[in-house]
Amino acid sequence: MAEAHEARSRGPHLISGPATGALLTALAVSLAVVCLLAVSIGSVTLPVAAVWRVIGAHLAGQDSPSALDDQIVWDIRTPRVLLAAVGGASLSVAGVVLQALVRNPLADPYILGVSSGGSLGAVLVASLGTGSLGGLGVSGGAFVTSLLTVFVVYLLAQRGGRLLDSRLVLVGVAVGYLCTAATSYVQLQINPTELQGMMFWLMGSVAGASWSDLGLPTAVIAICMTYLLFQARNLNALMAGDDAAAGMGVAVHRLRITLLIIGSLLTAAVVSVVGGVGFIGLMVPHTARFAVGADHRRLLPVSMLLGALFLVAVDLATRTVDRPNELPVGIVTTVLGVPFFLWLLRRRAGRGT
Amino acid sequence: MRLTLAGVSVDIDGSPIISDIDLVAEPGEFVALIGPNGSGKSTLLRTIYRSLRPVTGVISLDGDDLWKIPARRAARHRAVVTQHGDVDGEFSVEEIVAMGRGPHKRLLDRESGTDRRIIRSCLERVDMVHTADRLFSTLSGGERQRVLVARALAQQAPLLILDEPTNHLDVRAQLGLLDLVRDLGLTLLAALHDLNHAAAYCDRVVVLHQGRVTSSGPPLDTLTPEFIETVFGVRAHIGPHPITGRPHIALASLPPWRPEGASSGEHTKG
Repeated sequence: MAEAHEARSRGPHLISGPATGALLTALAVSLAVVCLLAVSIGSVTLPVAAVWRVIGAHLAGQDSPSALDDQIVWDIRTPRVLLAAVGGASLSVAGVVLQALVRNPLADPYILGVSSGGSLGAVLVASLGTGSLGGLGVSGGAFVTSLLTVFVVYLLAQRGGRLLDSRLVLVGVAVGYLCTAATSYVQLQINPTELQGMMFWLMGSVAGASWSDLGLPTAVIAICMTYLLFQARNLNALMAGDDAAAGMGVAVHRLRITLLIIGSLLTAAVVSVVGGVGFIGLMVPHTARFAVGADHRRLLPVSMLLGALFLVAVDLATRTVDRPNELPVGIVTTVLGVPFFLWLLRRRAGRGT
Repeated sequence: MRLTLAGVSVDIDGSPIISDIDLVAEPGEFVALIGPNGSGKSTLLRTIYRSLRPVTGVISLDGDDLWKIPARRAARHRAVVTQHGDVDGEFSVEEIVAMGRGPHKRLLDRESGTDRRIIRSCLERVDMVHTADRLFSTLSGGERQRVLVARALAQQAPLLILDEPTNHLDVRAQLGLLDLVRDLGLTLLAALHDLNHAAAYCDRVVVLHQGRVTSSGPPLDTLTPEFIETVFGVRAHIGPHPITGRPHIALASLPPWRPEGASSGEHTKG
């Protein structure tokens, strides 16, 4: 009997089995192409060949052929594009993690107050001066306060070290509101010129990225993603409920606390550099689920690549649609994301039960 | 596999939920755990599938202390079908059953051909192989419960724990599920609400009342009308089942004016 089914029949997902590998390859190639385009296009559009020459020279450790091209490509655009890729990847993976942690499809990376906490830290540093908060810059201040916020949320939401998902969401949302109120208050105290730059950051932007911004978020996504791929099977079990997961041999409480830490780190590392980029963490995981289903062994890598691709593409759009003005990337992700997301929900409702 | 509980107690936030439970399930035996709502059935089962650590007492499987061996190894010895069978997300039926292979796999291992054959054969045993490629969320309640049994079977554990497995199922699905698990040849420990299910399917019943084992033995020796009235606060009559001829427990609520039996507050609530 079993032999008749040995040839894998098509599952219920759009893409399954070996096609997943093809999808991942296609996403990786598209990401590379869009990155290259994004490095070429801007207020000065460079031919791809010139871009290649600069990047090739740096990778080979040689001097660049043109100092001007070098500055545009290597110092300004490349870190910006890479930051968009790392940021999009991190926020998408954080979305997958938090949706599994609170078992709520509406969860996004900001549900635990990470982003509001980070904003508060950023405006505090901006208003008190960079010497405040132990000499941390805006990014450092945002990173520290966003993690502090999650820690407070955890303390308030846990009972005897156990995390209850409904409580976690409620406490996270409440603490988030508190931080937002405090952020608004501090903003009122800032002088208008500083506020202008602050607003751009609060709405999310990868403009002005430098190589030094990339280190922390890149390290965080690399470490977290490795851990998550090892835990993917246990994440699947968690979707069946804590009790069922315990029955399948998962150390549920330890896993959930680790997921909280990972989701927070991923989000904080991005938010502290890029600001609040909305909707990616909700939209990308759902789009990926629509394609490959809920199995985290496939969902995690697909979400990561799709998120990176999406944010690089959106950042490219923000600086080309209204040249030479730039839109904050957070506005565009949301404006593009919401209609697409609503369309996806309708399709799913039509296809489902 | 022989399951032994000795002196197991659980407190939640300082108040005792179950106290000093002793229980044995012999290899191949079908033991029913019965008792009113809030008597501690689910709590007791949770200690066995390591969702809730007992405050005192030892739970052992063939002599191994269940809480001292690694969680994954424990999951190769006992599997569970929990009360809430919802699975979030768009999983196919096959993916749901594949979860049960987790305790047998190293973390990055993919499913092997052997795993796939096991998954297929588990689905065949619950008669759900035709749904392997469907979304779990599109199945009916009875079908889902069968798939969850298949997931538990995929763990290849000799002991199967069931927490009110017939909840929310229509009558045919209830009996079908009980027929199915009885014929698996595993050691079974099931919390059951329906006393007739316990009487018809189980080798032994263990009665929990207010967190303690009040009685244990073959169903019809234990579930006498007087006993049922004391524990559940309802009238009972045992007579031949009109269709099968086997003993059948007929139940009716106690008249509220009757002075004896459970306190009057309890059955007006029910």
